[in-house]
Amino acid sequence: MKRLGSTARSWRYVLLAFMLAPLLLALALDRAHARDSAAFDYGLVPRQIADGVYVLEGRKEDFSTANGGDIANTGFIVGTAGVIVIDTGSSRRYGEQMRVAIARITPLPVVLTINTHHHPDHFLGNQAFPPDTLAALPATIAGIEAEGGAFNDNLYRLVGDWMRDTEVVVPRRRLAAGRQLVAGRDIELLALGGHTAADLVVIDHVSGTVFAADLVFNGRAPTTPHADIPRWMEAIAQLERLPARRWVPGHGAVHEDTEPLRQTRAYLDWLSRTLQAAAESGLDMAEAMTLPVAAEFRTLALVEHEYRRSVVHLFPAAERAALGSR
Amino acid sequence: MKPAHPARRTVCAALGLACAAALPFVAAGRVLAAAPALQPGADPLDSSRWDDMRRAFFADAPVVFDDRIAVTAPFSAEDPLNVPVAIDATALGAVREVLVFADFNPIVKALRVEPLAAPAAFGLRLKLQQSSPVRAAARTADGTWHLGGAWVRTSGGGCTLPSLGSGSAEWQQRLNEVGARLWPGVGHGDRLRLRIVHPMDTGLAPGIPAFHIETLEIADGAGRVLVRAEAFEPVSENPVFSFDLPAGIGAAGPLRIRGRDNNGNLIDAEVRP
Repeated sequence: MKRLGSTARSWRYVLLAFMLAPLLLALALDRAHARDSAAFDYGLVPRQIADGVYVLEGRKEDFSTANGGDIANTGFIVGTAGVIVIDTGSSRRYGEQMRVAIARITPLPVVLTINTHHHPDHFLGNQAFPPDTLAALPATIAGIEAEGGAFNDNLYRLVGDWMRDTEVVVPRRRLAAGRQLVAGRDIELLALGGHTAADLVVIDHVSGTVFAADLVFNGRAPTTPHADIPRWMEAIAQLERLPARRWVPGHGAVHEDTEPLRQTRAYLDWLSRTLQAAAESGLDMAEAMTLPVAAEFRTLALVEHEYRRSVVHLFPAAERAALGSR
Repeated sequence: MKPAHPARRTVCAALGLACAAALPFVAAGRVLAAAPALQPGADPLDSSRWDDMRRAFFADAPVVFDDRIAVTAPFSAEDPLNVPVAIDATALGAVREVLVFADFNPIVKALRVEPLAAPAAFGLRLKLQQSSPVRAAARTADGTWHLGGAWVRTSGGGCTLPSLGSGSAEWQQRLNEVGARLWPGVGHGDRLRLRIVHPMDTGLAPGIPAFHIETLEIADGAGRVLVRAEAFEPVSENPVFSFDLPAGIGAAGPLRIRGRDNNGNLIDAEVRP
């Protein structure tokens, strides 16, 4: 891509800043967290949820040019010797702005950058982090290698120029389950799956905080493009046994008790039973899409949209079973 | 294709839902902006391809946009290789044939169905190369074509990708294998659903020639042909079809599904009620 000469560029920026100043000021006064799409500013403000534990909560929305793809939760844990980053957001800009946000809180270096799974809202900010800190479960690495390019292309289509210069960076450090000191912090990794082939859960034992990745949604309908529902429900059952003091879901608000786990499991259970019943009663896929969402889930953000997507993901298997076709 | 109330009751009972709540949903899921009945003029889907479509398929025959032909399709295609479409033209009375096509697909025509002795209601999945109107045109006995349709948005690429089957040897052992089942009392009578193992290659992926099912026939136990269908490249890989058949159709013995692909491979299966 051609770049402007530095003089021309800086003049343009001065001019731009001059023109945008009143707007920025108005927005800043209006909302502390304003995402300013003109300046491609996600307005990231880390919220401390425990000693040394921070969350950047995404919106309970689908990808759009208005939100720039800031739809998932990311977070970081500040240890004595460095920072552990959990997911990098949906774009290069997000990753860069996340690093700036971290630097405002601690001068310590990022020593470990985790991608919890291979969905684009969780790893496309990787470019902003030191390459040798990028780490994930082996199946997540394989997923990013196989599908990262297509995800990236699709996000340019969905959120537009927020994605500028975003490229896929595949993490090279292969993580395994286990408990160890990371940056002086007592961290345990759980290698689970079900939302995707590999979903990594990060436990900070000192604070009792569980970063549950997209195995847990809170107030937002779960997404299923790579889901294995029985495995996912097993993973949630395993999480429920943890002595956690607070839960950071992949999407939706941080919660002190296991209500988001119950909610996610109840929705997945309803979803799979609904689609099996639809296939078993001879409905066509287009008809299955028009079935109503059960009343108790109608308050979940995006539930109508996610239900219809899930029909496409999950109905074919239910249908093959009903038709006795392998 | 509206499931009759017994089908809904089955589903609803299984889900523990009140049937009353379920009833409006097929109508609500019809995503097209409903055109007023028998509107002769402008395309309600406002497609720049409409004049071409009209010339290609209908020539000088009378054409009306008619909300008595319902096309149920998602507003947005989650998977451009598998866009589910259900068509119900039974409100038109006797229908001679129904044509399903997508204006902006590189191969426009997807399926042609003659409901010889069956209600004009069926479902399929198709591949979309880009966002497009998906339309169904039903020809009634007087020669008039009645059109329904819906826009489907998609990220696209559905027609120029190789089939998944072309990358594995499995389909060679299972080509034209049929999984099928008849559901009494579903849809406008009894519903037949079937899945056929076939790569359905469009010929638009480099180095992979067109290879697709061309004809399908469904006959009752007495050998009477109920539905005849002609399939084209945009029908999805390992196609799944729904066909509504007259109530009690299984009484005369097993249904017979016969057909062939463009390489002459035969499809032949029986469905016991």
